[in-house]
Amino acid sequence: MMRIVLSAILLVFAWGSASRAEQMKLAVTTSFHNSGLADILLPAILRDTGLDVQLLVVGTGQALRLGRAGDVDAILVHSRADEVEFVARGYGTYRREIMYNDFVFVGPASDPAAIGAAKNATQVMHALALAKLPFVSRGDDSGTHKKELSLWRAAGLDHTEFGAWYRAVGAGMGAALNTGSAMNAYLLSDRASWQNFRNKGDLAILSAGDPALINQYAYIPVNPDLHGHIKANRAARLEIWLTSDSAKTLINDYKISGMTMFTFNARSAD
Amino acid sequence: MSPKPGQVDRAGLVHAMSDIFEGLKAAFWLLVALDRDLVEITLRSLQVSLSALVIASAIGLPFGTWLAIRRFRHRRTAIAVMNALMGLPPVVVGLVVYMLFSRTGPFGVFGLLFTPAAMIIAQVIIITPLIASIAHQSMRELWADYHDLLISLNTGHWQRIRTLMWDGRRALLTASLAGFGRAIGEVGAIMIVGGNIDHATRVLTTAIALETGKGDFALALGLGCVLIGLAIVVNLAIHRLSRTERDGRW
Repeated sequence: MMRIVLSAILLVFAWGSASRAEQMKLAVTTSFHNSGLADILLPAILRDTGLDVQLLVVGTGQALRLGRAGDVDAILVHSRADEVEFVARGYGTYRREIMYNDFVFVGPASDPAAIGAAKNATQVMHALALAKLPFVSRGDDSGTHKKELSLWRAAGLDHTEFGAWYRAVGAGMGAALNTGSAMNAYLLSDRASWQNFRNKGDLAILSAGDPALINQYAYIPVNPDLHGHIKANRAARLEIWLTSDSAKTLINDYKISGMTMFTFNARSAD
Repeated sequence: MSPKPGQVDRAGLVHAMSDIFEGLKAAFWLLVALDRDLVEITLRSLQVSLSALVIASAIGLPFGTWLAIRRFRHRRTAIAVMNALMGLPPVVVGLVVYMLFSRTGPFGVFGLLFTPAAMIIAQVIIITPLIASIAHQSMRELWADYHDLLISLNTGHWQRIRTLMWDGRRALLTASLAGFGRAIGEVGAIMIVGGNIDHATRVLTTAIALETGKGDFALALGLGCVLIGLAIVVNLAIHRLSRTERDGRW
């Protein structure tokens, strides 16, 4: 018994944590992470700035909570109204737009609800509500979920009155896509997550392009006045890089199966 | 994780059987290529769960034994509570540990959130009741055999605990290994308190959840095979080290 305990303890302490670059924590949304862009950006950030950015992949709602509690140094999310409120309450110093892509409506390739014929997002929502075919909602207070709810509202529909066809799964983008794929259901997804998703099954993009479907990502440094341990300096350096020309090139050139995924649009802070 | 050699692009292919086959193939290639990321997260899984195992055993084994020999007023209640805690939902433990170690929580100043240390703490909480419960069950039976002898020898409490623990070490090993099994396969708590950060807190189970989210079932299943294999290797190694098959006992 002693022998096991000793060898186990040895193994634990032999675990030398190699000296690392300067670390900082950034909460990002599942949709950003599932896009695969992080795998391109993080090595470049480490190379150019020496920052080892640790990603916490959560929904926008949880990212805002982590920022408020000071558990991360900055957040990169996509829900404008919440971001503005977050900054207004003083949890973050300001929001800076970095890039955007768009949301797409995904569903069975045969499109039984005929949303492909709709001219805009409002018509899509009406077609979905009329057809009463399975629709998978993120239901997790994420940026994508909030966008979906705002689309129902804009169409004058109340999602709480929908029947069993409206299925809120309360999960990340990937998990929701898996559920949708298994149920052959309709969903709202950001384009990058969809394009990078490997279990598409019978699903396909059926409707996209309405300006209401723009998906803007913004960077918000957590307010260092509220939390003394926040690495504000590193968060500022990351922001400089994210708005730089090298970031612009990498973001604009990121393609999945030949399709551009994000458009860089950083400007001065608002 | 980047695509591995031997991994077929399966766009539009959704047969469960072929997914399973691809998973086994992915596991094979991961192991053959000894992928660096795989080695890293496997070692971290071991580091976290073995640390939790050592700490939880150091608490749970003596406590379970103590409960078996000691008589006190609310002993039955204590045992019932401990047995109930065996089913502690990891996700709740994760949430509580998160709130305790968040910067705004009581232990926030330590800055342990999203580190392997926080994951170890969560797993200790999850597996200690399990280890203590199983230890208590087997020690109770052993105590029935040893009771008269140890009482007549006029031994102290601590001596009795030590004697029981030594003579019942094989049963205690089973208790510990059950705890290890729960720790190594656990995902709910460590996802919350560890954050699944690449190169910092990602372990096998959280990587499986991540790859499943990306719809890459083959890689997820491949990692699952590695996890199961790891559990088997650790169990075999511990049995070998502790020589349970020696001394004429089976």
